[in-house]
Amino acid sequence: MLLELSSEQELLRETTARFLDANAQVAELRRLRDDPRGFASDYWRRGAELGWTSLLVSEDDGGVSSSSSGLVELTLVAYEFGRHAAPGPLVSTNVVAGALSAAGAHKELIAGLLNGTSIGTWCVSEAPPNDGLGNMVFDIAVHDDELVLNGVKRPVESANEASHLLVTGRTAEGLTQVIIPAATKGVSLIPMRGVDLTKRFSVVRFDDVRVPAACLVGRVGEAADDVERQLQHALVVLNAEALGAMQRAFDMTVEWAFDRYSFGRPLASYQALKHRFAHMATWLQASHAIGDEAARAVAERRPEAALLVSAAKAYIGEYGAELLQECVQLHGGIGVTFEHDLHLFLRRLTLARVLHGTPDAHRRRLADLVARKEVAS
Amino acid sequence: MNVEVESLESFRERASAFIRANLRPVTKRTVSSALRANHRDEEELAEVAREREVQRMLFDAGLAGICVPCPYGGQGLTPAHQRVLNAEMRGYEYPTRAQVPTFTPCLAVLLEFGTEEQRRRHVPAILKGEELWMQFLSEPSCGSDVAGALTSAVRDGNEWVLNGSKVWTTGAWWSDWALCLARTDWDVSKHSGLTVFMFPIKSPGIEVQRVEMLNGSKEFCQEYLSDLRVPDSQRIGEVNKGWTVGSRWMFHERMGQNSSLVTMPEGTIRAGGAGATMHAIARAAGKLSDPRACELIGEAQMLQLVGEALRRRVGQGIATRTMSDQSSAIARLFLGLAETRRATIAFELAGSAGATWIDSDGELAEWGIDFLMRQAMCIGGGTTEMAANVISERVLGMPRELTPDRDLPFREVPRSRSKPG
Repeated sequence: MLLELSSEQELLRETTARFLDANAQVAELRRLRDDPRGFASDYWRRGAELGWTSLLVSEDDGGVSSSSSGLVELTLVAYEFGRHAAPGPLVSTNVVAGALSAAGAHKELIAGLLNGTSIGTWCVSEAPPNDGLGNMVFDIAVHDDELVLNGVKRPVESANEASHLLVTGRTAEGLTQVIIPAATKGVSLIPMRGVDLTKRFSVVRFDDVRVPAACLVGRVGEAADDVERQLQHALVVLNAEALGAMQRAFDMTVEWAFDRYSFGRPLASYQALKHRFAHMATWLQASHAIGDEAARAVAERRPEAALLVSAAKAYIGEYGAELLQECVQLHGGIGVTFEHDLHLFLRRLTLARVLHGTPDAHRRRLADLVARKEVAS
Repeated sequence: MNVEVESLESFRERASAFIRANLRPVTKRTVSSALRANHRDEEELAEVAREREVQRMLFDAGLAGICVPCPYGGQGLTPAHQRVLNAEMRGYEYPTRAQVPTFTPCLAVLLEFGTEEQRRRHVPAILKGEELWMQFLSEPSCGSDVAGALTSAVRDGNEWVLNGSKVWTTGAWWSDWALCLARTDWDVSKHSGLTVFMFPIKSPGIEVQRVEMLNGSKEFCQEYLSDLRVPDSQRIGEVNKGWTVGSRWMFHERMGQNSSLVTMPEGTIRAGGAGATMHAIARAAGKLSDPRACELIGEAQMLQLVGEALRRRVGQGIATRTMSDQSSAIARLFLGLAETRRATIAFELAGSAGATWIDSDGELAEWGIDFLMRQAMCIGGGTTEMAANVISERVLGMPRELTPDRDLPFREVPRSRSKPG
């Protein structure tokens, strides 16, 4: 998280923290374990009123993002989401809201996303073997004034709750995006099981889904830059959420090391364990550093944004998940029970590790970006 | 009194104009952070001379000692100005050797603990490139345990007589002044009998020997002090209060390139462009389409970007007091491990030509030598184990390690298996 917050930023963070303290308590998260929706619509609507979905939307569209700082502010909300392991499709809805606002269309839907009465999600990832970054095969065909969608997207966050789907696929011309009502004929969902207690994902099938050209977001075949931008937004928010969960688990584990005694002294007095804490503290600060730097670079559309955001995802995906596993190890047996809260955060990191590209995938993307730079120079 | 500070924009213009008109662009890319034995002595001395010249030019242009107060020849500006200078110097020569340890920790210690007279004499000389400083800190008998120094200083009227040996001073053979930690009282506890002195390195009573590293580098030196006489006016801080100075000295040392006293052009961080370097090795090895090689290139690039971001965050956190001074150990631990990992990656990508090469192997050659020296990155400037102690004890507040030497008179402290006290 940012080292220094302005008073407005602190207010935003604090408001979200207080709301989640009251509405995303661990008892509630445990209760939602068997809830097929994963969160209550009232919870999401009230969160949206706090501005959760407004930060990537321009002022013209009713959002608050008049400058480049909206994304950085969104990382503060996401960080609190992570610290609370909070329910709700924060990443997906914001990506959709940001994409629609950038395209300058679909204003009514944006209004619904802003007040929380509509939920949008992004159908981008595909099933193996096409689950790598950029390996998309989803087909969009153009027939006169209609578009026909065929293919499968997975995992799609909160598709069961979403009113609208932003679908990314390929036409003969290239990457193309449409926004369609989730209830469109030919769209079907298969609910997935998964590691998180409250985040729900689905397989979404599109069988000859016919939609009017008015559903286009941007132009046919010209969505590559928008898709890259959306990916960067998703990664920044996902990283910030992961960071919140890492920080919370680390703080819990440091407390534990002082409280827990073995052989007549606290765990925190053993050098073998102190050094492991030192390494964890280093991973954590490094994650904060690269996460914030990537967020700023993406917000300001700097040329190195793609490099930084992939470095952040590769690092946080790998070391964040390792940090959580270290927290489990340092807790001992209690760390792998359902009773203890640690797993709520371990689940978040386990998910964050793989969504929008595994650490391996982002390391390869970094190599690609380096290669392109080398060729260019 | 509220003196108006030069605006960043005006400073940027001034710096940029000077740099473009006077400094030489640097084309040679630093490929490795490991010490390499690739300098002949004459070349090294020529580089030192040029760096002194550049430092003098910067001084004359009002661009030396950005964060050093004006009465001592500095500019009295802010860390933000230093960052502007670092940005403007991207791609240009700069006085590499003047930075660490001259500007930090030595100059930083002088500013903090020197008398007015000491500061007025030495700080401007440093800023003009006339004095390059070294730390006489580590000793053969104690590496990380610097407070266990055995070099003794005995008072003789207005002078002190020093005897002992110091080691791991980079480039002491071409340097001018030393900051030295010595023991002045053996009958009190370890930390209570130390005092800090400064003196010219080219003094009668100092013999400088160069230490040959396993790769042939002779950058490091060892010094032998034999009845070296130092006037009391060259003592820094109070007698037997050397550890008060020493703790801050160590802090300034850990700050290293995060210090706002140090100029470090953007983009010339050690092993600059790790990804690009690894890409070049992989290309030479014909491995660019090997996914495993690509992952390694990506990992090296990731470590570099994360390391730079962490360095900036820690520097900013300490400067704005949102992080404790001790947090510099976090950057140290990260960079030590990241750089050793990068040395391994480079060696892996280079394959057998990293360990056995001919001239035409180009980009592939010699990476095995860096691998031989790999651990230097986790040893020099305080080991990563010490950094882990500092982080757990000083940053996280965990209980200190047992130190049976703390409360004994130093004379009685066990020093080796053969001298158990």
